[in-house]
Amino acid sequence: MIAHFEDVIIQTVCRILLPFIQLYGLYVIAHGHHSPGGGFQGGVILGASFILFCVAYDIKEAKRRMSEKLDTMFCSLGLIIYSGIGIICLVLGGNYLNYSRLHHILPVNPIDARSMGILGIEIGVGITVMAVMISLFLNLVSSGEHEEGLQ
Amino acid sequence: MIWQLDLILLVFVIVCAVASITVKDLLSSAIIFGAYSFFMCLLWAEMGSVDVAFTEASVGAGISTVFFIAAVFQTTRRTKD
Repeated sequence: MIAHFEDVIIQTVCRILLPFIQLYGLYVIAHGHHSPGGGFQGGVILGASFILFCVAYDIKEAKRRMSEKLDTMFCSLGLIIYSGIGIICLVLGGNYLNYSRLHHILPVNPIDARSMGILGIEIGVGITVMAVMISLFLNLVSSGEHEEGLQ
Repeated sequence: MIWQLDLILLVFVIVCAVASITVKDLLSSAIIFGAYSFFMCLLWAEMGSVDVAFTEASVGAGISTVFFIAAVFQTTRRTKD
């Protein structure tokens, strides 16, 4: 494997660039339902920002920021948001993921309730895709050991 | 659609695809595959399908290149065949 080395230029540029990449990922998720983009693309961008951190620093430092337990919890949280919104629609008397039924519990009319519902779905998909991309990278680059990787 | 631009991008896509499966060095193959994804993204954006182009740029050119490089570092650089 490649030996670990500290490069102040790479680490400083990564530290300055990371908040903007993550802000862009959140923008893509939040505007996914009325412009190009969406939960999947925004989640991939958020995951790529964390992968950049893993490459610029090392895996131990990255796992101190986001442990494997937290990663797995994010992975399940997105799925719970997705299926929870679907089941709430089912309980309110519509079909699975029929967002217009959400106007019974949200203070908006049925047309706006559709927009709010798909926003919740995008947020759930984004969280799950981000967590799965981070988990895939960490397991692939260190062959499951989580000790050292591309640095 | 501008057919001249379409033709140029298609030629680049085919050149990158053929180069990516014929080159012997696997790391070069992964990088050329990233270039292939980027030209495919430009082709889709030019044909008016911006959402697919966005997915191709973030997944094809971004994440999958990193995954391929990570997989190459777990195996050998050279192909055996």
